[in-house]
Amino acid sequence: MTGFLVKKAGVLSLLQDEGRFGYQQLGLTQGGPVDKMAFYWANRLCQNKLSSTAIEISIGGLSLLAQGKAKIALTGANMPLFINGEKKALWQSHAINVGDVIELGFAQQGLRAYLAVSGGFQIKTSFGSSATVCREGIGGLHGGKLETGDFLPIKMHLSLSSQNFRLSEKNQPVFKKDIVLRTIPSYQQRFFSSYQQRLFYSSEFIISEHYDRMGYRLTGRAIKADISGILSEGICHGAIQIPADGQPIVLLNDRQTIGGYPKIGSVLSLDTAKLAQLGQGGKVHFEPVSMEAAHNINHLTLSLFERTQLETC
Amino acid sequence: MKIHIAGENALILYFAEQTSPQVAAIIQKAVTLLQKDCHDVIIDLVPSYASLLITFDLFKCDHHQLRRRIRTSLLGITSVDKVKGKLVKLPVYYDEKIGVDLIGIAEKAQLTIAEVISIHQSLEYQVYAIGFAPGFAYLGEVDQRIAMPRLKTPRAKVPKGAVAIADKQTAVYPSISPGGWNIIGLCPVEMFNIKNTPAMPISVGDRVKFFSVSKKDFVNLGGQL
Repeated sequence: MTGFLVKKAGVLSLLQDEGRFGYQQLGLTQGGPVDKMAFYWANRLCQNKLSSTAIEISIGGLSLLAQGKAKIALTGANMPLFINGEKKALWQSHAINVGDVIELGFAQQGLRAYLAVSGGFQIKTSFGSSATVCREGIGGLHGGKLETGDFLPIKMHLSLSSQNFRLSEKNQPVFKKDIVLRTIPSYQQRFFSSYQQRLFYSSEFIISEHYDRMGYRLTGRAIKADISGILSEGICHGAIQIPADGQPIVLLNDRQTIGGYPKIGSVLSLDTAKLAQLGQGGKVHFEPVSMEAAHNINHLTLSLFERTQLETC
Repeated sequence: MKIHIAGENALILYFAEQTSPQVAAIIQKAVTLLQKDCHDVIIDLVPSYASLLITFDLFKCDHHQLRRRIRTSLLGITSVDKVKGKLVKLPVYYDEKIGVDLIGIAEKAQLTIAEVISIHQSLEYQVYAIGFAPGFAYLGEVDQRIAMPRLKTPRAKVPKGAVAIADKQTAVYPSISPGGWNIIGLCPVEMFNIKNTPAMPISVGDRVKFFSVSKKDFVNLGGQL
Protein backbone atom coordinates (compact mmCIF):
# COMPACT_ATOMS: atom_id res chain seq x y z
CA MET A 1 0.00 0.00 0.00
CA THR A 2 1.15 3.48 -0.83
CA GLY A 3 1.03 6.49 1.45
CA PHE A 4 2.81 9.27 3.32
CA LEU A 5 5.39 8.80 6.06
CA VAL A 6 5.28 11.20 9.02
CA LYS A 7 8.76 12.75 9.34
CA LYS A 8 7.72 15.26 11.99
CA ALA A 9 4.37 15.06 13.71
CA GLY A 10 4.14 18.73 14.68
CA VAL A 11 2.38 20.06 17.76
CA LEU A 12 -1.00 18.38 17.38
CA SER A 13 -1.87 16.68 14.11
CA LEU A 14 -4.99 14.53 14.07
CA LEU A 15 -6.64 12.37 11.44
CA GLN A 16 -10.25 13.49 11.19
CA ASP A 17 -13.25 12.67 9.06
CA GLU A 18 -16.57 14.47 9.47
CA GLY A 19 -17.02 13.10 12.98
CA ARG A 20 -18.42 10.16 14.90
CA PHE A 21 -22.20 10.17 15.00
CA GLY A 22 -24.78 7.87 16.56
CA TYR A 23 -22.67 6.69 19.52
CA GLN A 24 -23.19 9.45 22.07
CA GLN A 25 -25.45 7.03 23.94
CA LEU A 26 -22.31 5.07 24.79
CA GLY A 27 -20.57 8.22 25.95
CA LEU A 28 -18.53 8.59 22.75
CA THR A 29 -18.09 12.18 21.69
CA GLN A 30 -18.38 13.61 18.19
CA GLY A 31 -14.78 14.48 17.27
CA GLY A 32 -14.21 15.66 13.70
CA PRO A 33 -12.86 18.94 12.35
CA VAL A 34 -13.37 22.00 14.57
CA ASP A 35 -13.41 24.20 11.45
CA LYS A 36 -15.83 22.23 9.31
CA MET A 37 -15.89 24.55 6.28
CA ALA A 38 -12.09 24.62 5.97
CA PHE A 39 -12.13 20.80 6.17
CA TYR A 40 -14.79 20.62 3.42
CA TRP A 41 -12.82 23.00 1.19
CA ALA A 42 -9.65 20.92 1.55
CA ASN A 43 -11.55 17.83 0.40
CA ARG A 44 -13.29 19.68 -2.40
CA LEU A 45 -9.98 21.01 -3.72
CA CYS A 46 -8.82 17.37 -3.93
CA GLN A 47 -12.07 16.38 -5.69
CA ASN A 48 -12.96 14.16 -2.73
CA LYS A 49 -16.17 13.26 -0.99
CA LEU A 50 -16.53 16.07 1.58
CA SER A 51 -16.36 13.63 4.51
CA SER A 52 -13.02 12.05 3.46
CA THR A 53 -10.36 11.67 6.13
CA ALA A 54 -7.88 14.57 6.26
CA ILE A 55 -5.36 15.82 8.82
CA GLU A 56 -6.23 18.64 11.19
CA ILE A 57 -2.97 20.39 12.06
CA SER A 58 -3.10 22.64 15.12
CA ILE A 59 -0.34 25.27 15.36
CA GLY A 60 1.83 23.53 12.74
CA GLY A 61 5.17 21.74 12.32
CA LEU A 62 3.97 18.68 10.40
CA SER A 63 6.32 17.16 7.83
CA LEU A 64 5.50 14.26 5.49
CA LEU A 65 7.45 12.17 2.99
CA ALA A 66 5.40 11.00 0.01
CA GLN A 67 5.79 7.36 -0.98
CA GLY A 68 3.12 7.61 -3.66
CA LYS A 69 1.61 10.02 -6.16
CA ALA A 70 -1.31 12.19 -5.05
CA LYS A 71 -2.86 15.64 -5.03
CA ILE A 72 -2.91 17.52 -1.76
CA ALA A 73 -4.52 20.75 -0.57
CA LEU A 74 -4.02 22.79 2.58
CA THR A 75 -6.78 25.09 3.88
CA GLY A 76 -7.69 26.83 7.13
CA ALA A 77 -5.13 28.69 9.24
CA ASN A 78 -2.44 30.56 7.38
CA MET A 79 0.31 27.97 7.86
CA PRO A 80 3.25 28.20 5.42
CA LEU A 81 3.34 25.18 3.06
CA PHE A 82 6.54 23.96 1.43
CA ILE A 83 6.91 21.16 -1.09
CA ASN A 84 10.58 20.16 -1.48
CA GLY A 85 11.51 23.46 0.13
CA GLU A 86 9.50 25.56 -2.30
CA LYS A 87 6.75 27.72 -0.84
CA LYS A 88 3.28 26.83 -2.18
CA ALA A 89 -0.14 28.43 -2.03
CA LEU A 90 -2.83 27.37 0.43
CA TRP A 91 -6.44 26.86 -0.74
CA GLN A 92 -5.09 25.16 -3.86
CA SER A 93 -4.38 21.59 -4.96
CA HIS A 94 -0.81 20.51 -5.71
CA ALA A 95 0.58 17.41 -7.39
CA ILE A 96 2.82 15.26 -5.20
CA ASN A 97 5.25 12.66 -6.52
CA VAL A 98 7.14 9.82 -4.85
CA GLY A 99 9.93 11.24 -2.70
CA ASP A 100 8.40 14.70 -2.31
CA VAL A 101 8.68 16.29 1.12
CA ILE A 102 5.67 18.26 2.38
CA GLU A 103 6.49 20.66 5.22
CA LEU A 104 4.25 22.95 7.21
CA GLY A 105 5.47 25.96 9.16
CA PHE A 106 3.59 27.51 12.05
CA ALA A 107 0.24 29.28 11.81
CA GLN A 108 0.51 33.03 11.38
CA GLN A 109 -3.23 33.69 11.40
CA GLY A 110 -5.69 31.15 12.66
CA LEU A 111 -4.70 28.05 14.59
CA ARG A 112 -5.78 24.97 12.65
CA ALA A 113 -5.16 23.92 9.06
CA TYR A 114 -6.53 20.96 7.08
CA LEU A 115 -4.42 18.81 4.78
CA ALA A 116 -6.47 16.67 2.42
CA VAL A 117 -5.18 14.13 -0.06
CA SER A 118 -6.88 12.89 -3.23
CA GLY A 119 -9.08 9.92 -2.34
CA GLY A 120 -8.71 10.69 1.37
CA PHE A 121 -6.40 8.98 3.88
CA GLN A 122 -7.35 5.30 4.08
CA ILE A 123 -7.94 4.79 7.78
CA LYS A 124 -9.83 1.94 9.42
CA THR A 125 -12.90 3.29 11.17
CA SER A 126 -13.88 2.79 14.82
CA PHE A 127 -17.60 3.18 15.52
CA GLY A 128 -18.19 4.29 11.96
CA SER A 129 -15.56 7.03 11.90
CA SER A 130 -11.84 7.66 11.60
CA ALA A 131 -12.08 10.80 13.80
CA THR A 132 -9.32 10.88 16.44
CA VAL A 133 -10.38 11.66 20.01
CA CYS A 134 -7.22 11.51 22.16
CA ARG A 135 -9.14 11.63 25.45
CA GLU A 136 -10.99 8.44 24.50
CA GLY A 137 -8.05 6.80 22.75
CA ILE A 138 -10.31 6.17 19.75
CA GLY A 139 -9.87 6.81 16.01
CA GLY A 140 -6.91 7.72 13.80
CA LEU A 141 -4.14 5.15 13.45
CA HIS A 142 -3.79 4.26 17.13
CA GLY A 143 -6.25 6.40 19.04
CA GLY A 144 -3.96 9.38 19.39
CA LYS A 145 -2.24 12.23 17.60
CA LEU A 146 0.18 11.53 14.76
CA GLU A 147 3.66 10.41 15.78
CA THR A 148 6.96 10.49 13.92
CA GLY A 149 7.27 7.30 11.88
CA ASP A 150 3.51 6.83 11.37
CA PHE A 151 2.52 5.67 7.91
CA LEU A 152 -0.62 7.25 6.43
CA PRO A 153 -2.08 5.02 3.70
CA ILE A 154 -3.55 6.74 0.64
CA LYS A 155 -5.25 5.55 -2.55
CA MET A 156 -2.98 4.47 -5.38
CA HIS A 157 -2.90 6.95 -8.27
CA LEU A 158 -1.19 5.68 -11.43
CA SER A 159 -1.18 9.10 -13.04
CA LEU A 160 -2.22 12.56 -11.98
CA SER A 161 -4.12 15.09 -14.05
CA SER A 162 -2.15 18.25 -14.77
CA GLN A 163 -5.13 20.33 -13.72
CA ASN A 164 -5.20 21.84 -10.26
CA PHE A 165 -7.92 23.76 -8.46
CA ARG A 166 -7.92 26.80 -6.23
CA LEU A 167 -10.38 28.84 -4.25
CA SER A 168 -10.21 32.50 -5.22
CA GLU A 169 -8.93 34.81 -2.51
CA LYS A 170 -12.22 36.64 -2.16
CA ASN A 171 -13.86 33.38 -1.07
CA GLN A 172 -11.22 32.52 1.51
CA PRO A 173 -11.97 33.25 5.16
CA VAL A 174 -10.26 36.09 6.98
CA PHE A 175 -9.05 35.22 10.50
CA LYS A 176 -9.74 37.91 13.06
CA LYS A 177 -8.61 38.15 16.69
CA ASP A 178 -11.89 39.77 17.74
CA ILE A 179 -14.94 37.73 16.85
CA VAL A 180 -18.69 37.64 17.36
CA LEU A 181 -20.26 34.32 18.26
CA ARG A 182 -23.88 34.10 17.16
CA THR A 183 -25.71 32.31 19.95
CA ILE A 184 -29.15 30.73 20.24
CA PRO A 185 -30.52 31.38 23.75
CA SER A 186 -31.46 27.87 24.85
CA TYR A 187 -31.30 25.19 27.56
CA GLN A 188 -31.41 26.94 30.99
CA GLN A 189 -31.47 30.50 29.60
CA ARG A 190 -34.63 31.25 31.61
CA PHE A 191 -32.60 30.72 34.79
CA PHE A 192 -30.47 33.74 33.95
CA SER A 193 -32.12 37.06 34.86
CA SER A 194 -32.63 39.60 32.08
CA TYR A 195 -29.85 41.66 33.68
CA GLN A 196 -27.43 38.69 33.55
CA GLN A 197 -28.39 37.98 29.94
CA ARG A 198 -27.78 41.62 28.97
CA LEU A 199 -24.44 41.48 30.74
CA PHE A 200 -23.55 38.29 28.89
CA TYR A 201 -24.47 39.62 25.44
CA SER A 202 -22.81 43.01 25.94
CA SER A 203 -19.54 41.99 27.61
CA GLU A 204 -16.21 41.17 26.05
CA PHE A 205 -14.66 37.84 26.97
CA ILE A 206 -11.07 36.75 26.51
CA ILE A 207 -9.93 33.23 25.69
CA SER A 208 -8.07 31.86 28.72
CA GLU A 209 -5.08 29.52 28.69
CA HIS A 210 -7.52 26.60 28.94
CA TYR A 211 -8.63 25.94 25.40
CA ASP A 212 -8.65 22.73 23.42
CA ARG A 213 -10.84 20.63 21.16
CA MET A 214 -13.06 19.79 24.13
CA GLY A 215 -13.92 23.37 25.00
CA TYR A 216 -12.78 26.97 25.33
CA ARG A 217 -12.77 28.61 28.76
CA LEU A 218 -13.30 32.34 28.58
CA THR A 219 -12.68 35.04 31.15
CA GLY A 220 -14.65 38.22 31.65
CA ARG A 221 -17.36 39.65 33.87
CA ALA A 222 -18.90 36.85 35.88
CA ILE A 223 -22.35 35.73 34.73
CA LYS A 224 -24.59 34.39 37.48
CA ALA A 225 -27.35 31.84 37.09
CA ASP A 226 -30.25 31.58 39.52
CA ILE A 227 -29.43 27.88 39.90
CA SER A 228 -26.11 26.27 40.76
CA GLY A 229 -26.46 22.98 38.97
CA ILE A 230 -28.90 20.81 37.09
CA LEU A 231 -29.52 17.10 36.66
CA SER A 232 -26.81 16.04 34.18
CA GLU A 233 -28.11 16.20 30.63
CA GLY A 234 -26.90 15.88 27.04
CA ILE A 235 -24.62 18.68 25.82
CA CYS A 236 -24.86 19.73 22.19
CA HIS A 237 -22.08 21.20 20.07
CA GLY A 238 -21.49 24.87 20.86
CA ALA A 239 -23.29 24.81 24.22
CA ILE A 240 -22.13 27.53 26.65
CA GLN A 241 -21.78 26.28 30.22
CA ILE A 242 -21.76 28.81 33.04
CA PRO A 243 -20.11 27.22 36.10
CA ALA A 244 -20.32 28.72 39.59
CA ASP A 245 -17.41 31.13 38.93
CA GLY A 246 -19.46 32.73 36.14
CA GLN A 247 -16.79 32.26 33.46
CA PRO A 248 -18.28 30.75 30.27
CA ILE A 249 -17.03 27.55 28.67
CA VAL A 250 -17.93 27.00 25.00
CA LEU A 251 -18.03 23.27 24.27
CA LEU A 252 -16.64 21.93 21.03
CA ASN A 253 -16.22 18.65 19.15
CA ASP A 254 -14.50 16.58 21.87
CA ARG A 255 -16.85 17.70 24.69
CA GLN A 256 -18.21 15.34 27.33
CA THR A 257 -21.57 14.00 26.20
CA ILE A 258 -23.38 14.94 29.44
CA GLY A 259 -22.86 17.55 32.12
CA GLY A 260 -24.53 19.31 35.01
CA TYR A 261 -23.66 23.01 34.67
CA PRO A 262 -26.37 25.49 33.65
CA LYS A 263 -26.14 26.54 29.99
CA ILE A 264 -27.17 29.97 28.72
CA GLY A 265 -27.26 29.12 25.02
CA SER A 266 -25.44 27.48 22.13
CA VAL A 267 -23.10 28.99 19.54
CA LEU A 268 -23.62 28.31 15.83
CA SER A 269 -21.13 25.77 14.46
CA LEU A 270 -20.00 28.28 11.82
CA ASP A 271 -18.91 30.52 14.69
CA THR A 272 -17.40 27.86 16.96
CA ALA A 273 -15.11 27.31 13.93
CA LYS A 274 -13.95 30.93 14.23
CA LEU A 275 -13.43 30.43 17.98
CA ALA A 276 -11.41 27.25 17.40
CA GLN A 277 -9.14 29.20 15.04
CA LEU A 278 -8.16 31.47 17.97
CA GLY A 279 -5.90 30.82 20.94
CA GLN A 280 -5.29 32.44 24.33
CA GLY A 281 -6.01 36.17 24.34
CA GLY A 282 -8.54 36.10 21.49
CA LYS A 283 -11.49 38.44 22.06
CA VAL A 284 -15.05 37.19 21.95
CA HIS A 285 -18.51 38.75 21.99
CA PHE A 286 -21.79 36.86 22.00
CA GLU A 287 -24.79 37.93 19.93
CA PRO A 288 -28.24 36.38 20.37
CA VAL A 289 -29.92 34.97 17.26
CA SER A 290 -33.15 33.03 16.85
CA MET A 291 -33.35 29.35 15.92
CA GLU A 292 -34.93 30.47 12.62
CA ALA A 293 -32.08 32.88 11.85
CA ALA A 294 -29.57 30.10 12.59
CA HIS A 295 -31.44 27.77 10.24
CA ASN A 296 -31.31 30.35 7.45
CA ILE A 297 -27.63 31.13 8.03
CA ASN A 298 -26.72 27.44 7.77
CA HIS A 299 -28.76 26.92 4.60
CA LEU A 300 -27.38 30.05 2.94
CA THR A 301 -23.82 29.05 3.82
CA LEU A 302 -24.24 25.57 2.36
CA SER A 303 -25.86 27.02 -0.75
CA LEU A 304 -23.03 29.50 -1.21
CA PHE A 305 -20.48 26.72 -0.69
CA GLU A 306 -22.14 24.62 -3.38
CA ARG A 307 -22.47 27.52 -5.83
CA THR A 308 -18.89 28.74 -5.43
CA GLN A 309 -16.85 27.53 -8.39
CA LEU A 310 -13.24 26.54 -8.00
CA GLU A 311 -10.77 28.12 -10.39
CA THR A 312 -8.57 25.84 -12.44
CA CYS A 313 -4.85 26.46 -12.51
CA MET B 1 -43.00 16.30 28.37
CA LYS B 2 -41.44 19.64 27.46
CA ILE B 3 -39.44 20.29 24.30
CA HIS B 4 -36.78 22.99 24.52
CA ILE B 5 -34.23 24.28 22.05
CA ALA B 6 -30.67 23.13 22.78
CA GLY B 7 -28.68 24.32 19.74
CA GLU B 8 -28.83 25.02 16.02
CA ASN B 9 -29.52 21.35 15.30
CA ALA B 10 -30.57 20.04 18.69
CA LEU B 11 -33.71 19.84 20.81
CA ILE B 12 -33.89 18.58 24.38
CA LEU B 13 -36.90 16.77 25.82
CA TYR B 14 -37.57 17.03 29.54
CA PHE B 15 -39.71 14.24 30.92
CA ALA B 16 -39.72 15.20 34.62
CA GLU B 17 -38.09 17.51 37.15
CA GLN B 18 -36.49 14.61 38.99
CA THR B 19 -35.37 11.18 38.02
CA SER B 20 -36.96 7.87 39.01
CA PRO B 21 -37.02 4.31 37.64
CA GLN B 22 -40.34 5.23 35.98
CA VAL B 23 -38.81 8.25 34.22
CA ALA B 24 -35.79 6.20 33.15
CA ALA B 25 -38.12 3.59 31.62
CA ILE B 26 -40.05 6.28 29.73
CA ILE B 27 -36.83 7.77 28.36
CA GLN B 28 -35.62 4.35 27.21
CA LYS B 29 -38.96 3.81 25.47
CA ALA B 30 -38.68 7.27 23.84
CA VAL B 31 -35.24 6.38 22.47
CA THR B 32 -36.64 3.21 20.90
CA LEU B 33 -39.64 5.02 19.39
CA LEU B 34 -37.65 7.93 17.99
CA GLN B 35 -35.03 5.61 16.50
CA LYS B 36 -37.88 3.87 14.68
CA ASP B 37 -39.99 6.89 13.67
CA CYS B 38 -37.41 9.64 13.05
CA HIS B 39 -34.25 7.76 12.05
CA ASP B 40 -34.15 9.66 8.73
CA VAL B 41 -33.43 12.98 10.45
CA ILE B 42 -31.85 12.03 13.80
CA ILE B 43 -28.05 12.18 14.05
CA ASP B 44 -27.60 11.35 17.73
CA LEU B 45 -29.53 10.76 20.94
CA VAL B 46 -28.25 11.36 24.47
CA PRO B 47 -30.58 9.99 27.14
CA SER B 48 -29.86 11.13 30.69
CA TYR B 49 -31.53 11.29 34.12
CA ALA B 50 -34.73 13.09 33.14
CA SER B 51 -34.00 14.33 29.63
CA LEU B 52 -33.22 13.27 26.09
CA LEU B 53 -31.03 15.36 23.78
CA ILE B 54 -31.83 14.95 20.09
CA THR B 55 -29.37 16.11 17.43
CA PHE B 56 -30.94 16.31 13.98
CA ASP B 57 -29.90 16.99 10.42
CA LEU B 58 -30.94 20.61 9.89
CA PHE B 59 -30.64 20.20 6.15
CA LYS B 60 -33.40 17.58 6.22
CA CYS B 61 -35.89 19.19 8.60
CA ASP B 62 -36.37 22.24 10.79
CA HIS B 63 -37.15 22.24 14.49
CA HIS B 64 -40.88 22.90 13.94
CA GLN B 65 -41.24 19.81 11.78
CA LEU B 66 -39.19 17.75 14.21
CA ARG B 67 -41.29 18.88 17.20
CA ARG B 68 -44.43 17.67 15.43
CA ARG B 69 -42.83 14.36 14.59
CA ILE B 70 -41.59 13.90 18.17
CA ARG B 71 -45.04 14.66 19.60
CA THR B 72 -46.65 12.19 17.20
CA SER B 73 -44.07 9.49 17.87
CA LEU B 74 -44.22 9.85 21.65
CA LEU B 75 -47.97 10.29 21.98
CA GLY B 76 -49.13 8.75 25.24
CA ILE B 77 -45.66 7.71 26.32
CA THR B 78 -46.06 9.13 29.85
CA SER B 79 -48.62 6.42 30.52
CA VAL B 80 -46.03 3.73 29.89
CA ASP B 81 -45.75 2.08 33.26
CA LYS B 82 -44.95 -1.56 32.66
CA VAL B 83 -41.84 -0.97 30.56
CA LYS B 84 -38.77 -2.29 32.27
CA GLY B 85 -35.29 -2.36 30.88
CA LYS B 86 -33.40 -5.66 30.92
CA LEU B 87 -31.82 -6.82 34.15
CA VAL B 88 -28.05 -7.28 33.96
CA LYS B 89 -26.25 -9.09 36.79
CA LEU B 90 -22.67 -8.04 37.35
CA PRO B 91 -20.18 -9.98 39.51
CA VAL B 92 -18.02 -8.05 41.95
CA TYR B 93 -14.98 -9.09 43.92
CA TYR B 94 -15.47 -6.99 47.04
CA ASP B 95 -12.25 -6.78 49.00
CA GLU B 96 -10.78 -4.17 51.28
CA LYS B 97 -7.35 -4.37 49.62
CA ILE B 98 -8.88 -3.50 46.26
CA GLY B 99 -11.94 -1.68 47.53
CA VAL B 100 -9.76 0.76 49.40
CA ASP B 101 -12.70 2.88 50.51
CA LEU B 102 -14.74 0.03 52.02
CA ILE B 103 -13.28 0.73 55.47
CA GLY B 104 -14.07 4.45 55.24
CA ILE B 105 -17.67 3.78 54.23
CA ALA B 106 -18.11 1.19 56.99
CA GLU B 107 -16.69 3.55 59.62
CA LYS B 108 -18.89 6.44 58.54
CA ALA B 109 -21.98 4.23 58.48
CA GLN B 110 -21.01 2.41 61.68
CA LEU B 111 -21.45 -0.88 59.87
CA THR B 112 -19.16 -3.83 59.33
CA ILE B 113 -17.51 -4.22 55.92
CA ALA B 114 -19.64 -7.33 55.34
CA GLU B 115 -22.76 -5.25 55.94
CA VAL B 116 -21.66 -2.55 53.47
CA ILE B 117 -21.07 -5.24 50.83
CA SER B 118 -24.38 -6.87 51.56
CA ILE B 119 -26.27 -3.56 51.30
CA HIS B 120 -24.57 -2.68 47.99
CA GLN B 121 -25.65 -5.92 46.37
CA SER B 122 -29.13 -5.98 47.89
CA LEU B 123 -30.68 -3.39 45.55
CA GLU B 124 -31.49 -3.31 41.86
CA TYR B 125 -30.04 -0.16 40.30
CA GLN B 126 -31.36 1.80 37.39
CA VAL B 127 -28.99 2.90 34.58
CA TYR B 128 -29.74 6.63 34.58
CA ALA B 129 -27.11 7.99 32.22
CA ILE B 130 -23.95 7.11 30.33
CA GLY B 131 -21.23 9.71 29.92
CA PHE B 132 -18.07 11.16 31.50
CA ALA B 133 -16.08 8.58 29.50
CA PRO B 134 -17.07 5.94 26.95
CA GLY B 135 -19.02 3.25 28.77
CA PHE B 136 -19.27 5.02 32.14
CA ALA B 137 -22.80 4.30 33.42
CA TYR B 138 -24.36 6.21 36.30
CA LEU B 139 -26.38 3.77 38.44
CA GLY B 140 -28.72 4.68 41.23
CA GLU B 141 -29.67 4.92 43.85
CA VAL B 142 -27.69 3.24 46.57
CA ASP B 143 -29.03 2.79 50.08
CA GLN B 144 -28.64 6.04 52.06
CA ARG B 145 -26.53 4.23 54.68
CA ILE B 146 -23.69 3.58 52.22
CA ALA B 147 -23.95 6.86 50.28
CA MET B 148 -20.58 8.61 50.42
CA PRO B 149 -19.42 11.97 49.02
CA ARG B 150 -16.71 12.07 46.36
CA LEU B 151 -13.11 12.21 47.55
CA LYS B 152 -11.87 15.75 48.12
CA THR B 153 -8.88 15.03 45.92
CA PRO B 154 -9.58 12.65 43.04
CA ARG B 155 -7.19 9.72 42.56
CA ALA B 156 -4.93 10.02 39.53
CA LYS B 157 -5.55 6.40 38.60
CA VAL B 158 -8.62 4.30 39.24
CA PRO B 159 -8.28 0.73 37.91
CA LYS B 160 -10.43 -0.63 35.09
CA GLY B 161 -13.45 -2.43 36.50
CA ALA B 162 -13.43 -0.54 39.80
CA VAL B 163 -16.87 -0.56 41.41
CA ALA B 164 -17.39 2.70 43.22
CA ILE B 165 -19.83 4.95 45.05
CA ALA B 166 -20.32 8.73 44.86
CA ASP B 167 -23.18 10.17 46.89
CA LYS B 168 -26.17 7.97 46.08
CA GLN B 169 -24.74 6.79 42.76
CA THR B 170 -22.66 3.76 41.95
CA ALA B 171 -20.68 2.84 38.83
CA VAL B 172 -18.14 0.53 37.25
CA TYR B 173 -15.10 2.33 35.77
CA PRO B 174 -14.89 1.08 32.15
CA SER B 175 -11.19 1.85 31.81
CA ILE B 176 -8.26 3.17 33.82
CA SER B 177 -8.93 6.83 34.50
CA PRO B 178 -8.61 9.53 37.13
CA GLY B 179 -11.58 9.55 39.47
CA GLY B 180 -12.95 10.69 42.79
CA TRP B 181 -15.46 7.96 43.55
CA ASN B 182 -15.10 5.63 46.56
CA ILE B 183 -13.83 2.24 45.44
CA ILE B 184 -15.39 -0.86 46.98
CA GLY B 185 -14.47 -3.69 44.62
CA LEU B 186 -13.65 -4.88 41.11
CA CYS B 187 -15.94 -6.16 38.35
CA PRO B 188 -14.44 -8.61 35.81
CA VAL B 189 -17.06 -7.85 33.11
CA GLU B 190 -15.87 -5.41 30.44
CA MET B 191 -18.12 -2.36 30.46
CA PHE B 192 -16.82 -1.02 27.17
CA ASN B 193 -14.94 -2.75 24.39
CA ILE B 194 -14.86 -1.72 20.75
CA LYS B 195 -14.53 -5.38 19.74
CA ASN B 196 -17.68 -6.50 21.56
CA THR B 197 -21.14 -6.30 19.97
CA PRO B 198 -22.77 -4.44 21.54
CA ALA B 199 -19.80 -2.49 22.88
CA MET B 200 -21.54 -2.13 26.26
CA PRO B 201 -23.46 -4.81 28.19
CA ILE B 202 -25.98 -2.20 29.44
CA SER B 203 -27.82 0.85 28.14
CA VAL B 204 -29.77 3.69 29.72
CA GLY B 205 -33.01 2.39 31.22
CA ASP B 206 -31.64 -1.09 32.01
CA ARG B 207 -31.34 -2.36 35.56
CA VAL B 208 -28.19 -3.68 37.23
CA LYS B 209 -27.78 -5.98 40.21
CA PHE B 210 -24.38 -6.76 41.68
CA PHE B 211 -23.44 -10.10 43.22
CA SER B 212 -20.40 -11.07 45.21
CA VAL B 213 -17.78 -13.47 43.79
CA SER B 214 -14.62 -14.93 45.28
CA LYS B 215 -11.14 -13.95 44.17
CA LYS B 216 -10.88 -17.26 42.30
CA ASP B 217 -14.17 -16.74 40.45
CA PHE B 218 -13.18 -13.16 39.69
CA VAL B 219 -10.02 -14.39 37.97
CA ASN B 220 -11.90 -17.20 36.19
CA LEU B 221 -14.34 -14.63 34.84
CA GLY B 222 -11.43 -12.79 33.21
CA GLY B 223 -10.75 -10.30 35.97
CA GLN B 224 -7.21 -9.00 36.43
CA LEU B 225 -5.69 -8.06 39.75
